[in-house]
Amino acid sequence: MKLKRKDLLGIEGLDREELELILSTAESFKEISEREIKKVPTLRGKTIINLFYEPSTRTRTSFEIAAKRMSADAVNISVSASSVAKGETLRDTAMNLGAMKPDCIVVRHSSSGTPEMLSRYLSCPVVNAGDGAHEHPSQALLDMLTVRERKGKIEGLKVAIIGDIAHSRVARSNIYGFTKMGAEVTVAAPPTMLPAGIEALGCRATSSMEEAVRDADVVMMLRIQLERQSESFFPSAREYSRLYGLDEAKLKGAKEGVVILHPGPINRGVEISPEVADGPYSLILDQVTNGVAVRMAIFYLLVGGAREEQHSEGAQR
Amino acid sequence: MNRLIIKGGRLIDPAAKIDGLYNVYVMGGRIASVKKAESDTSEAGPGVEVVDATGLTVVPGFIDAHAHLREPGFEYKEDIRTGTRAASAGGYTAVMCMANTRPVNDNESVARYILKKAEGAAARVYPVGAVSIGLKGERLTEMAELKAAGCVAVSDDGMPVVNGALMRRALEYSKITGMPVISHAEEPGLVGSGVMNEGAVATRLGLRGVPNAAEDAMVARDIRLAELAGGRLHIAHVSTRGAVEIIRDAKARGLNVTAEATPHHLALTDEAVMGYDTSAKMNPPLRSREDVEALREGLRDGTIDCIATDHAPHSSIEKDIEFDKAANGIIGLETAFSVIYGLVEEEAISLHQALYAMSANPARAFSLEGGKLTVGSPADIAILDLCAKWKVEPSKLRSKSRNTPWAGKELKGVVVKTILAGNVVFSRE
Repeated sequence: MKLKRKDLLGIEGLDREELELILSTAESFKEISEREIKKVPTLRGKTIINLFYEPSTRTRTSFEIAAKRMSADAVNISVSASSVAKGETLRDTAMNLGAMKPDCIVVRHSSSGTPEMLSRYLSCPVVNAGDGAHEHPSQALLDMLTVRERKGKIEGLKVAIIGDIAHSRVARSNIYGFTKMGAEVTVAAPPTMLPAGIEALGCRATSSMEEAVRDADVVMMLRIQLERQSESFFPSAREYSRLYGLDEAKLKGAKEGVVILHPGPINRGVEISPEVADGPYSLILDQVTNGVAVRMAIFYLLVGGAREEQHSEGAQR
Repeated sequence: MNRLIIKGGRLIDPAAKIDGLYNVYVMGGRIASVKKAESDTSEAGPGVEVVDATGLTVVPGFIDAHAHLREPGFEYKEDIRTGTRAASAGGYTAVMCMANTRPVNDNESVARYILKKAEGAAARVYPVGAVSIGLKGERLTEMAELKAAGCVAVSDDGMPVVNGALMRRALEYSKITGMPVISHAEEPGLVGSGVMNEGAVATRLGLRGVPNAAEDAMVARDIRLAELAGGRLHIAHVSTRGAVEIIRDAKARGLNVTAEATPHHLALTDEAVMGYDTSAKMNPPLRSREDVEALREGLRDGTIDCIATDHAPHSSIEKDIEFDKAANGIIGLETAFSVIYGLVEEEAISLHQALYAMSANPARAFSLEGGKLTVGSPADIAILDLCAKWKVEPSKLRSKSRNTPWAGKELKGVVVKTILAGNVVFSRE
């Protein structure tokens, strides 16, 4: 079975069947990372380019490890978006990369839509590793995998996403993902960071953290960019933390067994208190572990779907 | 002395309240006479060019109150020769060109350079001078000199005049120059780093939005300033429902304010941005359906006087890049009539309203010749085929640039011929 598409540009266009396929594939790959020799030959001879126009340690490393555990050759290209050679169009960039005959290109870019624009000129799959405030599909997939693992299901869960919704690609991808999987999503942010028409994505929106957390099965905290203060999205870290920071007291209204997610890196003491981040309901490190499995699944389904037999050989070893 | 007869067409001259089958006689670049076709028995003499307009519609050549011809300074995007060729292919016989060239048209020498370059061009060119030196928003330009050099209005178009006091002074000066001040109305703080209309589409795409209030607030300010100064104000590229309401209210109070809207703001919504199409990126941005409806209503009731293209050529190096980094604007001269005729077909506006807004009204707003085909008027004429369709193929456009959201689209309403001062300057194959 394969995905119905060439690229993974976002969660918005996927249907539930495809989401389930990626999640179950990722689940079956988790075991590979537990082995002594953490490598299967599935994508041997395939070249995967990680093209990062925005600094990222975690996501880039996760994609790189995923590629290597599948035996693909991973090449990392880090470019500062501002230093991109003037005079080159996105078409030029895509054509040049395409000319090197990669089997997949993973793109992170600070400008929304760039992976989609590049994909139009590339015959190989393009994986969006986060574009501006648009989407971060692999993050949402690993979040869903993490929740499903712990809760046994996603259907019917109440999910609260709290933080800077306006500028968050993680929020958008998770709103699409969790609602497609049958969960009920509420986003909470100060009115300054609740973007116009966010409900059209399928969630409820509120500026009351208490309301969002009430009876939640999952609370996902977003990283607050402290630079946003300069644009008056919030007055100070102190005020933000008081209203929207997650601590033990604010968690009281949540459902018994609530789990906490955070895409990282966390601002301890700002959007999340240390005792919550390190507490028993925190799944933050499981998210990171699952990130590798989800990205292996993405590569497998986009690049190596035709080599199903090789994978099963590897998995049986 | 050139002589020309346009025979058998349906002449629509809204300003003269004419709509019927007429023969138009041209001599020496001007309209010599207009005769009812059924009773016209005169024969064309030797040396008279006859244009058979049977089945076609003959209208005053269009006048664009807002275009960027990019010369001097940005000739890789467009120049006066290609820009006016694009204009004539769109039925335009006159184009007002904005001052944001390099150097900026903020002094006599630049204005004269533009007019020099426009000699022999396919359309009349009327330069718009800058309000402030270098478009910096600090000091007023020498507007009387700009006028003497041939400018017909002043504008810092491309950016707002942020300093209210400077705008007030410019409007006060408009009383002695008679040149309208064209306001590119946006409150820069509210625009911020926005790249499209604020709303559900921007939220979905993860792009920063520009709220309607950014335009509404500045239109309101400029109207109050025009009132205070007693000056002559024209609002460029109106895009919001709020701005239409504010202008309607100002006109009701008897204020001498005029306004324009572009074909793209009248025809498209922010949905056109889906897929990160940089051909749908402009400033002001494409707005919501509600705003589009308000603009159409404004056109119907006369709140919006003019349809202006805001023809803004850009090369692929500015457009074929990341959406948020791409330049604002689209080319519009060659598609304007067909896009507007689409609104006529939809019955959103009447053909007469469209023609008024594309010729008679801009002529009146900026005190230009033309915009009508009465005896003695310049023989600036567009001949249209309202039944035919054409496909917009960017590579075949006359403009140097290709940034159009109508690429590949089939549009109804074709400009067949354009006549400038009695000479056929454009003929569609």
